[in-house]
Amino acid sequence: MSEIPSDLKYTSTHEWVREEEDGTLTVGITDHAQHLLGDLVFIELPELNGEYKTGTECCVVESVKAASDVYVPVSGEVIAVNDALVDRPELVNSDPYGEGWLFQINPVDIAELDELMDADSYEEQFAGNED
Amino acid sequence: MPFIPHTPEDTKEMLAAIGVNSIEALFSEVPSALRANTFNIPDGLTEMQISQLAEQRAAEDSGVSCFIGAGAYEHHIPAAVWDIATRGEFMTAYTPYQAEASQGTLQLLYEYQTMMASLMGLEVSNASLYDGASALAEAILMAVRANKHAKAKRVLLPITVHPNYRKVVRAIVQQQGIELVDVAYNKQTGCMVIESLQTFNHQDISALILPLPNFFGLIEDVDSLTNWAHSQNIMVIAVVNPTAMGLFKEPGQWGDKGADIACGEGQPLGIPLASGGPYFGFLCCKLDYVRQMPGRIIGRTTDLEGKPGFVLTLQAREQHIRRSKATSNICTNQGLAVTAATIYMSLLGYEGLRRVALASYQASHQLLAKLVQIPGVQQVYKSTYFHEFIIRLPYSAGEILQELAKKGIQAGYLLSNDYIGLEDCILVCVTETKTPQDLTNFAQQLAAILAEGKAC
Repeated sequence: MSEIPSDLKYTSTHEWVREEEDGTLTVGITDHAQHLLGDLVFIELPELNGEYKTGTECCVVESVKAASDVYVPVSGEVIAVNDALVDRPELVNSDPYGEGWLFQINPVDIAELDELMDADSYEEQFAGNED
Repeated sequence: MPFIPHTPEDTKEMLAAIGVNSIEALFSEVPSALRANTFNIPDGLTEMQISQLAEQRAAEDSGVSCFIGAGAYEHHIPAAVWDIATRGEFMTAYTPYQAEASQGTLQLLYEYQTMMASLMGLEVSNASLYDGASALAEAILMAVRANKHAKAKRVLLPITVHPNYRKVVRAIVQQQGIELVDVAYNKQTGCMVIESLQTFNHQDISALILPLPNFFGLIEDVDSLTNWAHSQNIMVIAVVNPTAMGLFKEPGQWGDKGADIACGEGQPLGIPLASGGPYFGFLCCKLDYVRQMPGRIIGRTTDLEGKPGFVLTLQAREQHIRRSKATSNICTNQGLAVTAATIYMSLLGYEGLRRVALASYQASHQLLAKLVQIPGVQQVYKSTYFHEFIIRLPYSAGEILQELAKKGIQAGYLLSNDYIGLEDCILVCVTETKTPQDLTNFAQQLAAILAEGKAC
């Protein structure tokens, strides 16, 4: 069973979002997603200070068997990227909600966050039937 | 199921589905001048008769001395090259679908990549592409993806790049929102000058193409052009003749930081002219850009028992995994041609390649020295050149070429169709295959034709 922390928000494309105290959002991919992808070998991070709209592709996670796009969960400007992943993409596998975070975003409209799923509905709809 | 592609019924159904009446109608947009309507072969010939006819026709093409380069070059190919390349073990046109089962083919491609990367002075090579022109198009697509500083997808494409390459590039990239901007050459030198590039300072540009030699056979000032591009956050794509690397600086050494991508036509490395193909394209780059590289890449690894082996690597870039977002959807490589090129390079070594380049350089300079002594013949550009040069003839170059052809000399490539201002000019190539007698004969025949031409 994959881990789905209850204090995070989720998207149907398997990103998680954490609202930080300063109002910025930290984004990563879920434990379920990293499990499906397998061992990650390369992560193409989004451009720092790039502005992205909700649902647009902003980075790529590549495993030995697949490469998947990561979509921006909430419109905004990318204010930080996790440079540690350049040399250690496996952090996404070992700690998807911690050291394996992908990027931080300064949202245009924080209310967009309410449109994302909570842990229960993500589990029910997208991460339930796992081997 | 029998291995018959399609029956007349299948053909009919397919035509009906796309709403076309006949196969003929399907091809109607191809101009009739480009279609081989008949080969003039009578019906019902026996195998013996057809062989005799083919031999007769092939003989019409032989016995001529070829001085036409213009992108395809006649070089001596050691007999061992094709003797080894056509062994049964190598007889496949593609990297195999069950790739890792074919360790021999993968090892050969790995060695090809190693040689090519070292020849270009760059870190990575792919396992080859279709041909030189499409390799340039792929290099441009790659640079547009890789250059994060540029947003506008504009690429500087000098008109001294092979005219056919420019057409192919246009056909491939123009529908992808990429703007190709012509860069003029200096009419005195035949090369690009840094001053004309400076009009592009501080503009949003993804890449600059740098040919070496350029289509006129001339050596561009690649160091300062590369440095200028990098100072403007523009990536440099080298399009080079691999033989020339025996004498001139490899792309990885251009300027302070080296070209970012190198590509070109691999034909000079052991592939015969053969009426225009099959040839192969090569593509090399700095390690930073490897994930933007199209085509297959072979890697070396160790298996579970610690034994060395070869694999297809970085496959997540490719179309069978990445689908429409793949770095390329023409990953076709030219396995057999690459096999020959790998054997050619391994037989010659760097020193052998240097000698081929030097012999071609010397022979071309000897011929030009003879030709400019003929009244009415002029060298057009006085810049440094490799093994091709342009001469201006005193009257219709087309007619003079025809006269020379009657004497068994294919004297050069007519430039007037491609370049304004180069009327009555021809591009002449000399490689190591031409003897001193060939050069003397060329000069004597041309002198005789011009003397006669003047008389009437």
